[in-house]
Amino acid sequence: MVSSTLAACGGGGGNSATPVLNWYINPDSGGQQTIADRCSEESGGAYRIAVSILPRESSAQREQLVRRLAANDASIDLISLDPPYIPEFAQAGFLAPVPSDLAERVTEGVVQSSIEGATWDDELVTVPFWANTQLLWYRKSVAEAAGLDMTQPVTWDQLVEAAQATDTILSAQGRRAESLTVWFNALIESAGGSVIAENSTDPDQIQLGLTDEAGVRAAEVMATVANSGVVGAAFSTASEDTSATQFESDDAGFMVNWPFVWSRALSAVEAGTLDQSVPDDYGWTIYPAVDEGTPAAPPYGGINLGVGAFSNHVDLAYQATECITSDENQAEYMITNGNPASSVAVYDDPDVQEAFPMADTIRDSLEAAAPRPQTPYYSEVSGGIQREYHPPSSVTPETGQRAQELIGEVLRGEQLL
Amino acid sequence: MTQTTLPPVEKTQPVSSPRGTISDRARAERKLGWLLAGPAFVVMLLVTAYPILQAVYYSLFSYRLTDPENRSFNGLSNYWVVLTDPLWWQSVGVTLLITVITVAVELVLGFALALVMVKALASLRPVVRAAILIPYAVITVVSAFAWQFAFNLTTGFVNSWFAWLPGVSDTTDWFGGTGTSLFVICLAEIWKTTPFISLLLLAGLAQVPEVLQEAAKVDGATRWQRMWRVTIPNMKAAVMVALLFRTLDAFRVFDSIYIMTAGANGTESVSFLAYRQTIARVEIGLGSAVSVLLFLAVVLIAFLFIKGFKVDLAQARGDR
Repeated sequence: MVSSTLAACGGGGGNSATPVLNWYINPDSGGQQTIADRCSEESGGAYRIAVSILPRESSAQREQLVRRLAANDASIDLISLDPPYIPEFAQAGFLAPVPSDLAERVTEGVVQSSIEGATWDDELVTVPFWANTQLLWYRKSVAEAAGLDMTQPVTWDQLVEAAQATDTILSAQGRRAESLTVWFNALIESAGGSVIAENSTDPDQIQLGLTDEAGVRAAEVMATVANSGVVGAAFSTASEDTSATQFESDDAGFMVNWPFVWSRALSAVEAGTLDQSVPDDYGWTIYPAVDEGTPAAPPYGGINLGVGAFSNHVDLAYQATECITSDENQAEYMITNGNPASSVAVYDDPDVQEAFPMADTIRDSLEAAAPRPQTPYYSEVSGGIQREYHPPSSVTPETGQRAQELIGEVLRGEQLL
Repeated sequence: MTQTTLPPVEKTQPVSSPRGTISDRARAERKLGWLLAGPAFVVMLLVTAYPILQAVYYSLFSYRLTDPENRSFNGLSNYWVVLTDPLWWQSVGVTLLITVITVAVELVLGFALALVMVKALASLRPVVRAAILIPYAVITVVSAFAWQFAFNLTTGFVNSWFAWLPGVSDTTDWFGGTGTSLFVICLAEIWKTTPFISLLLLAGLAQVPEVLQEAAKVDGATRWQRMWRVTIPNMKAAVMVALLFRTLDAFRVFDSIYIMTAGANGTESVSFLAYRQTIARVEIGLGSAVSVLLFLAVVLIAFLFIKGFKVDLAQARGDR
């Protein structure tokens, strides 16, 4: 009944008997709407996809979806989900099970980190759509001046030294937000550890690895970077956008960030607010390592598609996910919206290669990337990390111990967050 | 010189009805009153009493929205967790600090603006009034974003405009520390809600009888003396009501904090704490306990004002 009402509201022509699939999407540059229209058309009247836009912040997207799904909202058919929240949705029974034949088809030729991010409890619970990863961006001129060989993996310590020697900025995200967890997780995973050492669906049984050797090392690197004097003013409030702006400025040196910075710089050139020489100076490589000789585990992000457990059109919705995540759609989405594909084959597409000279690096980074802690209690874990590791300049070897105690007590319901 | 106020007006009983009995007409009016107000009263109960009672009920449970099967009664333990947590007391402290600072500054500023509105030339008065009220018409979230952009290191203009002030430079990170963050939050709140206080005070100013002013003038009172001895004592009720409304409002501060710092650097208010437990963590039980405590604090403030300072709410409307 709800869906029929919504279909009526959706209006805008089309056969009223055509089932309408409501797709809740994260805001983008209109790419998901285009895909929705195309798949609706290609379905030959089997379904029509109507898009509803969620808030910009992924945590706010989750807040809205959780409340609606907890009330068994049948109008949610398709969901664009940020991977860290997938375990929570799956554990709560908010996602319709993925048909096994479909699971096989949609994971074929997909980067490993994306499959891991779409999985909970050894079962594929969402369909991989696009996959994101952070790269190490550098100004070629600065790296050269610092005498840094960027064809080889570099470490955070080397970057700090290079930035100090050339008096340039090393941009990272020190703001108390999800981006801080992204950074910390990449550090601890690169050091060979994990935020969650021993996972469990029972919050009392979750064992954290923040005090392990890797956790201490991650904290050490974080503090070194934050206190190096090369991270720019206002590091404790620096977001991805702040970093991107810094990297376009004259004193830019190095930056860790998502690939959107590339299309952002090109748009700025087109708009006449940035000189062409700036993106020409952009270089990119795999995320920095924590220790020499140990490969980095870059951050993984992106969006996977979930099907609402209370939807009246589960079969049709899964049918639609296959259309949405087709290689052609992923390639076009990557070119037009700058969001990297999860399908490996897309990176060999000549158009993608042309639009993204760093396509190969993104693919390699995705293969090495590590997801953030997978737990139904992700908000607590990430919130606890953000509370204790912020501001990053205050981080000490004891921070891990404090964070571990705090998160443990929060998970046991003994403390506020 | 003593304060000059009018003697209280003796309430006169209707001549037609003897003391202690109610005339038919009065009874009919009372009935009509109930009929007219009744529906609104029922709606009020539904939309306020019901959610409040439900929050009280939920606060006695360990209840996570994503795990409804494991909901269990745990008595007052949620309250124990909240009240023994330093974070709660820190939030209470921050909330009180914001409340005291903003309400005090707003009262002084609002009074000055009310005087300007009263004294403005008749032809200018509507323009002045509209200009003063504009900030109050701006949505809080929008005003919070505007202030955040102004003080932001990359997008803001404050640092370059005020670099001549001691302590301000091109690299001053306003949202990087507790004190500076709270300063900007308070500034935004004051800018936004001073018009509200000045509007209430304007109503109070209009109630001060002109005869008293003239009598004071004849007695040779200076402008300053008339302000302190005549104007302010006669509008005490309006001042107290303005203070009460703004204190209740300020104690629930949320939007500015959510937009500007998202609670970083120890700037969480009690409302923000309730939001984080209930909406972000979906811990309905714990969040409800925080909300109920916030509600009790607000009730306590209202009680202190009304009983402690003897605020007569009816007086502010001018219907004495």
